[in-house]
Amino acid sequence: MFELLGIPPQALFGQLLLGLINGAFYAMLSLGLAVIFGLLNVINFTHGAQYMMGAFGAWMLLNYLGVPFWGALVLSPIIVAIIGMVIERTLLRRLYQLDHLYGLLLTFGLALIFEGLFRRQYGSSGLPYNNPLPGGTNLGFMFLPNYRAFVVVASLVVCFATWFVIERTKLGSYLRAATERPDLVQAFGIDVPRMITLTYGFGVGLAALAGVLAAPAYQVSPTMGSNLIIVVFAVVVIGGMGSIMGAILTGFGLGVIEGLTKVFYPEASSTVIFVIMAIVLMVKPAGLFGTAK
Amino acid sequence: MRLAAIFLAASSLVGIGVAQAADPVPVKIGVLNDQSGLYADLGGPGSVWAAKKAVEDFGAAAKGLKVEVLAADHQNKADVGTSIARQWYDVDGVDVIVDTPNSGIALAVSGVTKEKNKVFINSGAATSDLTGKACTPNTVHWTYDTWALANGTGKAIVKTGGDTWFFLTADYAFGHALERDTSKVVTDNGGKVLGSVKVPLNNADFSSFLLQAQSSKAKIVGLANAGGDTINSIKQASEYGIVDGGQKLAGLLIFLTDVHSLGLKTAQGLNLTAAWYWDQTDANRTFADAFAKANGGKRPTMVQAGVYSGVLHYLKAVEALKSAKDGAAVVAEMKKIPTDDPLFGKGEVRIDGRHIHPMYLYEVKKPSESKGPWDYYTLKATIPANEAFRPLSESDCPLVKKG
Repeated sequence: MFELLGIPPQALFGQLLLGLINGAFYAMLSLGLAVIFGLLNVINFTHGAQYMMGAFGAWMLLNYLGVPFWGALVLSPIIVAIIGMVIERTLLRRLYQLDHLYGLLLTFGLALIFEGLFRRQYGSSGLPYNNPLPGGTNLGFMFLPNYRAFVVVASLVVCFATWFVIERTKLGSYLRAATERPDLVQAFGIDVPRMITLTYGFGVGLAALAGVLAAPAYQVSPTMGSNLIIVVFAVVVIGGMGSIMGAILTGFGLGVIEGLTKVFYPEASSTVIFVIMAIVLMVKPAGLFGTAK
Repeated sequence: MRLAAIFLAASSLVGIGVAQAADPVPVKIGVLNDQSGLYADLGGPGSVWAAKKAVEDFGAAAKGLKVEVLAADHQNKADVGTSIARQWYDVDGVDVIVDTPNSGIALAVSGVTKEKNKVFINSGAATSDLTGKACTPNTVHWTYDTWALANGTGKAIVKTGGDTWFFLTADYAFGHALERDTSKVVTDNGGKVLGSVKVPLNNADFSSFLLQAQSSKAKIVGLANAGGDTINSIKQASEYGIVDGGQKLAGLLIFLTDVHSLGLKTAQGLNLTAAWYWDQTDANRTFADAFAKANGGKRPTMVQAGVYSGVLHYLKAVEALKSAKDGAAVVAEMKKIPTDDPLFGKGEVRIDGRHIHPMYLYEVKKPSESKGPWDYYTLKATIPANEAFRPLSESDCPLVKKG
């Protein structure tokens, strides 16, 4: 049997698939960030905390109210999105006229507060959440757990539905128009502030949805978001700030690259994305899919 | 008039001198650990509580010691940890640093402690190098170490047929030490190490590494990691059918809080080595009840119990010397007097700084066997004190004179 760089092809296919699974989380998170940045011009550092809140939401729904995973998959993102919209209405809204940095500082501070609150209540080592889809399929080259397969499919559906709505529907065209000329769009009788609130809520909901999906696979812990968010920001920077398709494709692509690094040189797997980010910033500062403004 | 003033000044000086002699001996204890990250639950604020409790139980005030307990968060960063240690020793007058999980930081703090001639009583870190090649006359390693873990869990598993191993190793001082010590136990007992993969610290997704472990066909997948990393690897191993496929997981360092976080459904049946379990003796339970009352119902880990026991012994040594200033002298005194406390029983601090006491092999209960939260372990075997830790004959600590 042939071997590629010392790795049997079965193992390689397995790792590619695993990379796609991890990429699914990156894609969903960076998509939310890209939507929020593209339409609100806010660098949402609370994103990681909102991802964590989505996972905790699922845990709380199960343990306090007995809502199973499938219910939480819908309810938890809605709850977290509502919290996000309250934040947008009461706090973020005041900063739109100011420099990006103010939004970044506010959302970063909020993230620290949320994390601190959850850590105080639940401790740092996390909580158990059982796998709703135990078992798996042997694909010949690897064992694919059913749950992971579900995550990839769910993420692909969500990502492309979002892309479709924003880039190919009338609603999406309003959204895009509102980011360019809010005053004009408002003059056509569209409630731009409400649209922005809903958009922020949607971006946050995406983060929370990723959080719910992560709950059975990873440990539900207060720091789960802050560990991931830095990587996701790197993904967004590589893809190009604000580019929807860029966020999706780079999310999956970097997941695969990271997965391969885990085979060839595992020690570097936590840094490879940042190395790529540095290279992309040097060669194409606006990101792979971004356009310089 | 001038004479009178001089006399007055002189007498007041004498007065100060007299008052000083009667003043209590000041002792400052600094608890340096992870207060907010992945090791915060196993040490963290609970260790601070344990240190304070030790001071209280010792009756420090009545014995002429004026003890103050400080705490700081090293955030699992060696530079943060060492700069706090320097600040404490140089500016704040701290005499002893305790706990300090994260082997990388522990080794760094041990170096600073020696340089400043203070005392370092480590409970949270695992690397056996603290009392091995990096040992110092100022460091005592209290609770456990990688040699003891390897010797406990590793030996037990090889003896029951788990003779081929693949390691998932946390890529820093601790993981490397644990892999090294366990590999030695495995090969010494006739087993074989088929491979290992070094995983960056604080990794969320282990599926790729688990797949590599799976394709190695090793009977045992050894987890040379800790805290959140162990939790995630066990959780995902069950998802990827590692255990169903006939391989077994060996968690080499598992804390009570990890089992709590995993839930018994996932953690059941795991074998683990620990220095202390809260539900083992009446004294332990009394301590655990007080701990739970002050810490929102949580039960203490072996690290927190070790902080308590270590501080208690330290205070005994300071009481005997009537001073905490000379760190090496205090540690020498700690080595001289035998250890004896309600939680770790009788033992000793060896010449290399290793606290010697029995270790225990536990099995995690099935959900049906557990009476409720925190009722997690069944005792399987006791490893007597003289077998639990690396014998001095194998030590590469420069303090140990080879005969």
